Amino acid sequence: MSAVEDQTLEVVGLSKEFEVPGSEHFWQRRRRLHAVEDVSFTLRPGTITALVGESGSGKTTVARLLARLYEPTAGQIMFEGRDQPKRANREQNLHYRSQVQMIFQDPFDSLNPVKTVAHLIGRPLRIHKIVPRDQERERIHQLLDTVGLVPPDVIATKYPHELSGGQRQRVAIARALAVQPRVILADEPTSMLDVSIRIGVLNLMLRLKEEHDLAFLFVTHDLASARYVADELLVMYAGQIVEHGPTETVLQDPLHPYTRLLLSAAPDPNAGLRAADLAARTPQDITVDDAVGCRFVGRCPLAIDVCSTTPPTLAQAGRGRWARCHVTAPERNA
Amino acid sequence: MSGVLAGQAHRDSPVFTGETLLELDELVVEYATAGKPVRAVDHVNLTIKAGETVGLAGESGCGKSTTGNAIMGILRSPAAVTGGRILFRGEDIAALDVEEQRRYRWRNVSMVFQSAMNALNPVMRVGDQFVDMMQAHEKIQKKDALERAGDLLEKVGIDRRRVRSYPHQLSGGMRQRTVIAMALALSPELVIMDEPTTALDVVVQREILLEIEQLQKELGFAVLFITHDLSLLVEFADRIAIMYAGEIIETAAARTLFDSPQHPYTVGLMHSFPPLTGPMERLIGIPGSPPDLADPPAGCRFHPRCSFCVPEKAHLYARQTTERPVLREVGPGHSVACHLVEEGGA
Repeated sequence: MSAVEDQTLEVVGLSKEFEVPGSEHFWQRRRRLHAVEDVSFTLRPGTITALVGESGSGKTTVARLLARLYEPTAGQIMFEGRDQPKRANREQNLHYRSQVQMIFQDPFDSLNPVKTVAHLIGRPLRIHKIVPRDQERERIHQLLDTVGLVPPDVIATKYPHELSGGQRQRVAIARALAVQPRVILADEPTSMLDVSIRIGVLNLMLRLKEEHDLAFLFVTHDLASARYVADELLVMYAGQIVEHGPTETVLQDPLHPYTRLLLSAAPDPNAGLRAADLAARTPQDITVDDAVGCRFVGRCPLAIDVCSTTPPTLAQAGRGRWARCHVTAPERNA
Repeated sequence: MSGVLAGQAHRDSPVFTGETLLELDELVVEYATAGKPVRAVDHVNLTIKAGETVGLAGESGCGKSTTGNAIMGILRSPAAVTGGRILFRGEDIAALDVEEQRRYRWRNVSMVFQSAMNALNPVMRVGDQFVDMMQAHEKIQKKDALERAGDLLEKVGIDRRRVRSYPHQLSGGMRQRTVIAMALALSPELVIMDEPTTALDVVVQREILLEIEQLQKELGFAVLFITHDLSLLVEFADRIAIMYAGEIIETAAARTLFDSPQHPYTVGLMHSFPPLTGPMERLIGIPGSPPDLADPPAGCRFHPRCSFCVPEKAHLYARQTTERPVLREVGPGHSVACHLVEEGGA
C-alpha cells in the first residue's frame, strides 16, 4: 500500500478567519477572528481521532471546514492524495461528499421532520446513485440493521418524532453510511443524548471503525468519551492545536497546561472536588486580531517571560507527540 | 441519621442540623392530555435537610425537572400536583393561597435554571432585574437594591460594575453566575438547581461548582441539584436519589451509591460513563430506551430494559412484570426499589 492511499484525509496549515462586526469606525480595519489557525493533522482509515476543546475553541469550525461547509482562508485539504480545490464544482463536491460525511450534534435538528426514515436514508442513495432503484429498500434495511435499529422494516416507516434521541442519532449515522464514505466527521454526536444511550453510540462508532475501516473525526468536549473511543487526540485552544498525540499517552502524561486544566476539571468520581487545581482567570478574547505570545498565557500557571512575547510553535515532544508550549515542549533548536 | 453522617464524612462539612427543610410526601404530578393523564412524578418521597446537597439524577423525561418545578410552585397547566404533599418546614405549600405562594417563591426556595440566557431578560440591565426581584418581595429603594445587587455579584466572582451590563454582554459562565447570585439574593434556605452547569464548559462548570460549595458553606442553604450527570453528583452531592420513569428507584449517600449501587438501572448508569483514569474496558450502557410515561410498562418500570428480568426465573419474573416494587431500606440511609434486590440478588 502506498503512502498516499494510506493517508485518507490530510489537512495542512488549515486556517479560517471570520470578520467580526463592531469596529468602532467604518474606516478602521475590520477586526478578524482567527477561528482556526494553522491546523494540520491526518485522518487514517480504521482510526478515530478525537478533537477536544472548550466551546469557541474552533473545533466545530474544523469539522465544518473538512465537510466543506466553510471555505478555508488558507491551507489545504488533501484527500486521496490530491489537493482539494478551494472552490469545487458540483461534480467535485459530489465526489468529495460521497467520501466524507458529517454527523451533527443535534439529531432533532438534522433530520427533516416531515420525511420517513426510509426517505431520509434513501435520498443519498439516489443522489449518489449507490444502488439501483429496485434494491433501494433492501439497502435501507441493511443500513438500519448495521446501526442497530431493529426491526428495520418497522423503523423505516417511522418519522423522526416517533424515535428517541439515540435512535435518531443512529438514523443520522445510517444516512451518513449510505454513501459508503471513507471518512466520517462526527460533531459532538453524543452530547445531546441521554447518558444510558451515549455509550451505545460510542460503541457503534468503534464497531464501524473496525468493520468498515472508517476514519473518524470525533469532535467532543468530553475527555472521557474521547479516551473511550479515540486512538489519537488533538487538543484545541483558541483556534490552535496545542497538543497532539496517542490518546492514552496524552491523558496519562499531558504536556500542555491547557490539557492539564481540562483533565483536572473533568468530573471524575475517583477524585475529590477540591483536588482540582484551577486557573480561575477567565480566558481573554485573544482569538481576535493578532495576539502576541502564547494564547494561553493569561491562564497559565507555568508561564515564563518568553510566553508573553513569542508565540510557541507545535514542537515534537517524543514519539508521535506534539505540544505548543515554551515550558513543557521547548523547540529543540530554539 | 447515618445517611447524613455518611454525607458528612464525604464532604467534611459538619453543618447539618438534622432539621428537615423540605419533605415530599407521596408527591404525584400529572400532565393532562387528551387521553389518560400522563403521570410524570409518581408517589415520590424525598427529604432535604437544612444545609444538605441532594442530587436528583435521571434521564430526560424521568420527571426530575417536573419535581423541581413542583417544589418551586411553578408548574403550569397542563401539569398539576394531583396527589401527595410538598412540606416546607412542615407546611404544605399547595395549601397556601396565591399571594403566600408568591412570597414563598424566592424568599424560601429559589431556583437556578439550565439556560441562563432564557432566565434573564435580554432587554433589561442585569442590575434592574435584581431590583425588580427585590422590590417584588420587600420595600427597598432602587439605589439600595442596586448596591446589594453589586454585593451579590461580587460574591459570585463578578465585577460589581456589571450591574450596568445587558445579559448578552456577559459570557455563558458569567450569566450562570448572575442567575446564581439572583437565586441567593433573598437568602433562601433551599436553592433548586436544574442542570445549572450543563450548557457550560468543563472548566467553567468546575469553577461554578466550587463556588456554589463555597457559598453554601458561608450561607448555609440547602441545594437540590437536578442533573443527568451522575459523575458530577458523586463528587458534589451528599445524598443522591435516582429517578426513573417518574419514580425514585434508589437513594443513598453519594459515596455509598458510587461504591455499591444496588438497582440494575443505577448500576447501568454507573457503567455508562467511560472512566478518565484507570483501566479501560468496553462498556455496555443500558439497552433500549426509557418508557413512554403515557403508557408505562406494568410491574417494575425498568423491567423491559433489565438484564435480570428473564422468564426462566419464573417466580421473580412474575413479580417483576406485574408488581410495582417499593423503596426498601437495604442499609443505613440506602433504599432501593427492586424485586431482585429484595429477594437477595442475582
